[in-house]
Amino acid sequence: MSRVAAFEIEYVQYMDESGQALADLPNWATEVESLEHAYKWMLLTRLFDAKAVALQRTGQMGTYASCLGQEAIGAAIGLAMHPNDVFVPSYRETGAQLIRGSRMRDILMFWGGDERGSNPPIANQDFPVAIPIASQCLHAVGVATAFKYRKQNRIALCAIGDGATSQGDFYEAINLAGVWKLPVVFLVSNNQWAISVPRAAQSASQTLAQKAIAAGIDGVQVDGNDYIAMRDTLDQAIEKARSGNGATIIEALTYRLSDHTTADDASRYRSAEEVEVYKQKDPLLRLERHMRVAMGWDEGKQQSLKEQCQQQIEEEIQAYLTAEAAPPTEMFDYLYESLPKVYLKQRQQLFDEWQQHLGAREETVDTDVKESDHV
Amino acid sequence: MSKITLVEAVNQALEYEMAHNNNVIILGEDVGKNGGVFRATLDLQSKFGEERVLDTPLAESMIVGTAVGMATQGLRPVAEIQFMGFIYPAFDQIINHASRLRNRTRGRLHCPLVIRAPYGGGIHAPEHHSESTEALFAHVPGLRVVIPSSPLRAYGLLLAAIRDNDPVLFLEPKRIYRMVKQEVPNKGEALPLDECFVLRSGTDITLVTWGAMVHETMKVAESLALQGVEAEVIDVATIKPLDIDTILQSVEKTGRCVIVQEAAKTCSVGAEIAAQIAEQGLLYLCAPIQRVSGFDTVMPLFKLEDYYMPSENRIYSAVKQTMEFA
Ligand SMILES: Cc1ncc(C[n+]2csc(CCOP(=O)(O)OP(=O)(O)O)c2C)c(N)n1
Ligand SMILES: [Mg+2]
Repeated sequence: MSRVAAFEIEYVQYMDESGQALADLPNWATEVESLEHAYKWMLLTRLFDAKAVALQRTGQMGTYASCLGQEAIGAAIGLAMHPNDVFVPSYRETGAQLIRGSRMRDILMFWGGDERGSNPPIANQDFPVAIPIASQCLHAVGVATAFKYRKQNRIALCAIGDGATSQGDFYEAINLAGVWKLPVVFLVSNNQWAISVPRAAQSASQTLAQKAIAAGIDGVQVDGNDYIAMRDTLDQAIEKARSGNGATIIEALTYRLSDHTTADDASRYRSAEEVEVYKQKDPLLRLERHMRVAMGWDEGKQQSLKEQCQQQIEEEIQAYLTAEAAPPTEMFDYLYESLPKVYLKQRQQLFDEWQQHLGAREETVDTDVKESDHV
Repeated sequence: MSKITLVEAVNQALEYEMAHNNNVIILGEDVGKNGGVFRATLDLQSKFGEERVLDTPLAESMIVGTAVGMATQGLRPVAEIQFMGFIYPAFDQIINHASRLRNRTRGRLHCPLVIRAPYGGGIHAPEHHSESTEALFAHVPGLRVVIPSSPLRAYGLLLAAIRDNDPVLFLEPKRIYRMVKQEVPNKGEALPLDECFVLRSGTDITLVTWGAMVHETMKVAESLALQGVEAEVIDVATIKPLDIDTILQSVEKTGRCVIVQEAAKTCSVGAEIAAQIAEQGLLYLCAPIQRVSGFDTVMPLFKLEDYYMPSENRIYSAVKQTMEFA
């Protein structure tokens, strides 16, 4: 008998939980501006995320998927990609979306039940948030196929969760990325939970990164709460894809500190002790501690950054709350390039119902008429 | 007896049948410890164990395909798809396997399985969580599609679905999961599949509907009564196979018919009902059949969903036109 295949999965980490460097840092990570810039986005993401949850709790927005605890991943994605690459996100990548050009008001709009939030004023071709789990993996390989065909120097980056790696679409996508050697990176945010299903119940595989092996692509595991490790790993995978050397699966180990969404109650299925353990691994704390020791970051800088973020967030929330409602007839206006004639009648019906509704509302205000009492 | 909601009635039916038949097994995403995202399977894992209430990995084709295999072995899997919008990866398993295994093997193998899924709009949910695509499934030969509209019917029809020897897609209108409460005797009594329920009898017009829209339709019927118009209201309940006879009998009596559905209009279940009335009951009609439905658009995100969904007003004005037709 002889061995026909063997593999190893590397784990990348640069900082321990206290922010102490564990190895020589990549050059860029010794520059104050790089880390401060990343930290700025991480903090903005965290503060904004908390506000988004609060808006939902007070009935001013719909269900929202918080990215609390996963901010290092979002920042690394956003800062590692080129503007003309294509980002194919899951619903938990608010941080990366912000860096890629979505405004906070756009993100609030989407979760607030308004399609216009998926049309931020950006010049790139990023995909909207994918809710059907893992479906976007195939779009990413399609985008990458187009880049390869046109010999463009661009890459696609697909973000998914640990649960998504159980879907057929994920395996189909990584398989194709392998056989066609596509310029794509799969970023798996392994936050240990898929709603109530823990990572161990999702796959018997020792790591999720090793799923790459079966597809003939590279797989690497990284501490997803360590910004430096995250960014460094992404830089390498992106560079490899861009230079024609194929795809990578990055399994970023992190933890969903929040409920699955605002509609979920995680205390039903996981212990407070477990959450406490992971709070110690907080990506923001870690980077902040590192910057304090290595780069003279201090309380003053921290405070002024925080205030700056909060002001920005307030402005965006105001813009969201005061945005004019879309006319209901918009639901017909983007179905096709132009609306087939047969639907004009339906559109008119909707328009009439809308006008009637507006009229009725005014009437209610004017004459204090009660809701119809035949009900 | 205390009154329970529709989702509690689902839970009660599942519990009853699991207690009385060891072959009944539940599988799906988050159905175990979490009790399902709507709590339809609440406490069933603690009552019946992890071997009978299975939290699966996240993959719908796997859930349904596995249920097909289990069903051929005499188990009675009840698979939950978390939202109807996520059933599509399992479409292949439903159409190509579950619904035709009996036919392919000339009866040697069959598929006594139930696929449960919450469906429909009106709860301000995120994208893909609000559609009503029952017509896609009603088109599939060999499949049953059942939609309860009250706690009593949820209980009785789900029991019937589990006991049936063929695959049933059991769609639960989530807008009314907790809207009304009823006393639901827990005696294991099933209600008949493949039959419409006449919820209100009347002689002037037939209103045909199913799922959550039953409630708006009943309200319109009540208000019509105040004006001296007696509407007969039919809850289709099993939309496939369709009990057209009950509908035709009613239309023969009333001569007028409005069909109310939440789904998009084109190629819908409402279209099928209208076609069958036209085929078999055209001469009963004193006015054209009308369909009140959602629009032929993508289900909008929730800011606009109330404009999409058929309102009492939309139903009422269709009824009025139909009544006024000379
Ligand atoms: C195809 C599909 N099935 C089910 C769901 C419902 N659902 C939404 S999120 C989720 C868990 C996803 O877990 P994971 O991939 O780990 O991502 P995370 O939410 O942890 O970021 C499920 C089951 C869905 N959105 N899409
Ligand atoms: Mg996860």
